[in-house]
Amino acid sequence: MIEKTLKGKPAYWIWLAFLGMFMAIGAACYIRQYNFGLGMTGMSRDVSWGLYISQFTFLVGVAAGGVMLVLPYYIHNYKEFGRITILGEFLAISAIVMCMLFIMADLGQPMRALNVILHPTPNSMLFYDMCVLLGYLFLNILCGWVILTAERKQVKPPKWIYFFVYLSIPFAVSIHTVTAMLYCGLPGRHFWLSAIIAPRFLASAFAAGPALIILCCIILKRVAGFDAGKKAMNKIVTIIIYAALLNMFFVGLEFFVGYYSNIPGHKFALEYLFFGIEHHGHVYNNLVPFMWAFVILAFGAIGLLASPLAKLKDNDFFLGLGCAMLFLAFWLDKGIGFVLGGFVPNPLHEIVEYVPTANELAITAGVWATGFFVLTLLYKIAIGVEHEIE
Amino acid sequence: MNKQRRKFLKIAGVSALAGIGAPALIKLSSSSAVASSGGQEAAAGHGAATAAAGHGAAVEAPQGVRLGMVIDMRKMAEVPEQLDNAIAACISAHNIPEFPDKKNEIKWLWKAPFENVFLDHSSYHSSTRVANTPFPALCNHCDDPPCVRACPTKATFKLAKNGVVAMDFHRCIGCRFCMAACPYGARSFNWQDPRPYIKKYNADFPSRMMGVVEKCNFCGERLALGQEPACVEACKGTGAITFGDLNDPQSEVRQVLDNEFTIQRKTNLGTKPSVFYIV
Repeated sequence: MIEKTLKGKPAYWIWLAFLGMFMAIGAACYIRQYNFGLGMTGMSRDVSWGLYISQFTFLVGVAAGGVMLVLPYYIHNYKEFGRITILGEFLAISAIVMCMLFIMADLGQPMRALNVILHPTPNSMLFYDMCVLLGYLFLNILCGWVILTAERKQVKPPKWIYFFVYLSIPFAVSIHTVTAMLYCGLPGRHFWLSAIIAPRFLASAFAAGPALIILCCIILKRVAGFDAGKKAMNKIVTIIIYAALLNMFFVGLEFFVGYYSNIPGHKFALEYLFFGIEHHGHVYNNLVPFMWAFVILAFGAIGLLASPLAKLKDNDFFLGLGCAMLFLAFWLDKGIGFVLGGFVPNPLHEIVEYVPTANELAITAGVWATGFFVLTLLYKIAIGVEHEIE
Repeated sequence: MNKQRRKFLKIAGVSALAGIGAPALIKLSSSSAVASSGGQEAAAGHGAATAAAGHGAAVEAPQGVRLGMVIDMRKMAEVPEQLDNAIAACISAHNIPEFPDKKNEIKWLWKAPFENVFLDHSSYHSSTRVANTPFPALCNHCDDPPCVRACPTKATFKLAKNGVVAMDFHRCIGCRFCMAACPYGARSFNWQDPRPYIKKYNADFPSRMMGVVEKCNFCGERLALGQEPACVEACKGTGAITFGDLNDPQSEVRQVLDNEFTIQRKTNLGTKPSVFYIV
C-alpha cells in the first residue's frame, strides 16, 4: 500500500515540499542546538521546560482524541464512523511521532535516551509514559494497517485484530492520563498539583483531536474527493461540543478552588496566566493575551459549532472555522499556558518569564511539519485504498 | 513457499521483540530495581528520625546513618562574610561554573532572603536581623526525595549508606523532570558547556558536560576521605553550620537539635528534609 504515496497530483508534491522545507530548517536548527546545548532555547533554571514539552503534552491529547471515533464505531457499532476511524488511527500515529520528536529535542543528552529502557525505573511517571506511548503507537500502526489491508481486499478484518482494537481504547485514555500524572504528582508545584488535571486533559483532548479530524475531512473532501458524510461530521461535532464544555467547566473549577479558598499557592499561577502579576515593582503578564484568546476562541467555537451554521449541508466554512478556532483555543490552553504557567512562581517564589528563541521556534515548526508530513502520507494511503475499492 | 516465508517472518518478529524487551524485564524483576525506592531497611531507619521530629508517626529506633545539617543563622549573622566564604569553597571544590547571566546559572549553595527560603513561614514583621540576613539555600537531601521518585533512569538516587541524595552525571539524560519535581529549586541544568566558565579548575572533582543536571552532593567526595563538607569547613569555629549523623544520639548535630528550636523548609510536602535552620 505504501506505493500509493508515490503517485499524486502536483498539489500533493507541492504540499510535501512545503512541509519538507520546514523539516529541513528544523533539522538544521536542531543540529545547532545539539552542538551548543539547550542554552539555544529560551529555557532557564527557573522555567526548565518550554515549548517542546508543552507541544508534547498537547499532542499526546491529539493522539488520544482519535479514540472518539474508534469507540463509537467498535463499541457502539455506530456505522457512520466506519469510513473515518482509519483517519483517527492515522492521526494518532503522526501525533505520537511528533511527541517522540519533541521529547528527543528536549533531552539534554539525547544519545542517552535509551537509558530509560536500559535502567527502567517503575517509580518514574516518565517510564510509564514511554511504555504507554510506544504501546499506543504500536497498536495504532497494527490496527490501522490490518484493517486497511482487509478493506482493500474487501474481506472482513481477521478476528484477532479486534482484541487490539479494544485494547487501544484504554490505551488512548492511559496516554493522556499518564501524561497528566507527569505534572499532577509533583509536590511544590501548586498549579499542577490538582486531581482535575487528568480529566481536564482528556476533555480537551477529546475536543481538539476530533476537531482536527473534521478539519482534515473538510480538506480531504476538497483536494482528494473523500466525503466522510454529513451525518458522521455532525456526530463528531456533538462529541466536540460536550468535551469542550467539560474542559471549560474544569478550568472554571480550578478558578473556584483557587479564589474561594484564597490560598495563595492555588491562585498565584491562575492570576499570573489570566491577569498578570506585579512582583517587586515589575509586572509579569506575557501569557495574559494567550489565555484570554483561549477563553474567547473556545466559547466562540462552542457557540459556532452549536449553531445551525455548522450543520449547513452545502457549506463547510463555518464548521471548519469553528473546529479551527477550537483547536487553536485548546492549543493555547494546553500547548502554551498549562506548562509555562506551572513554573510561575519558582520554588523560591521568584518570577522568571520564558520567551522561546528563533532557533527553538524553528525546531518546533520542523517537528510539526514532520508530523503533518507523516499524516499526509498516511492519509494518502487511506484515501487511495478508499478510491481503489469504489 | 510464500506461507513458509510468512511463518519465518512471524517468528523472527516475535523473537526480535522478545530480545529487545528481555533486558528491561530482567532488570525490572531483579531486586536492585525494587531497592531503588530506598533500600527497605535503610529507608525505615532514615524515616524514623523525622517521624520522631514531628510528623506524628510511630517512633522507631533509628538505624543506619542519615547525614544532616543545622545552620545557625544567629551565628551566621555575627560573621556575615562566612556565608560568602562557604559559597566560594563550594564553587571551587566542585568546579561550579560561574555564568554572568541568570538564565544559565548553576548553583549548589546560594543566598536568598528568609521570605523566599521559608515560604511557609510568615515574614510579616520579621525581626530586623532575619529580614536583613541572607539565608543559605541548598539541596535538603530529603529522606523522601521527589527528584529521585521522578528520575526515569535512576541517575539521581539516595545513598543507602548515609542518606545523601547523589547524582550520576553520566547516566542523566537531561530530561529535567527532577528540576520540576524538586520543591526547593535546588537543581541546576547545564544549558551549555560549563567548562569555559569554571574559574579555577579542581582536578579532584569531575567537571560536567552540557545537558546534565547537577546539585549539592553534601560533598560526598570529601566525606569519603574523612573530611567535612566544604561549606562546613569554611564556617569552622563559629558554629554556624553543624554537620553529622541525625540518627546518632551522641553526634554533635543531634546535641544542637536536642537543645535548640529548629525549622525546616516546606515540611508540609512530606519530603523530610535533612537540613535544619535555627532562625
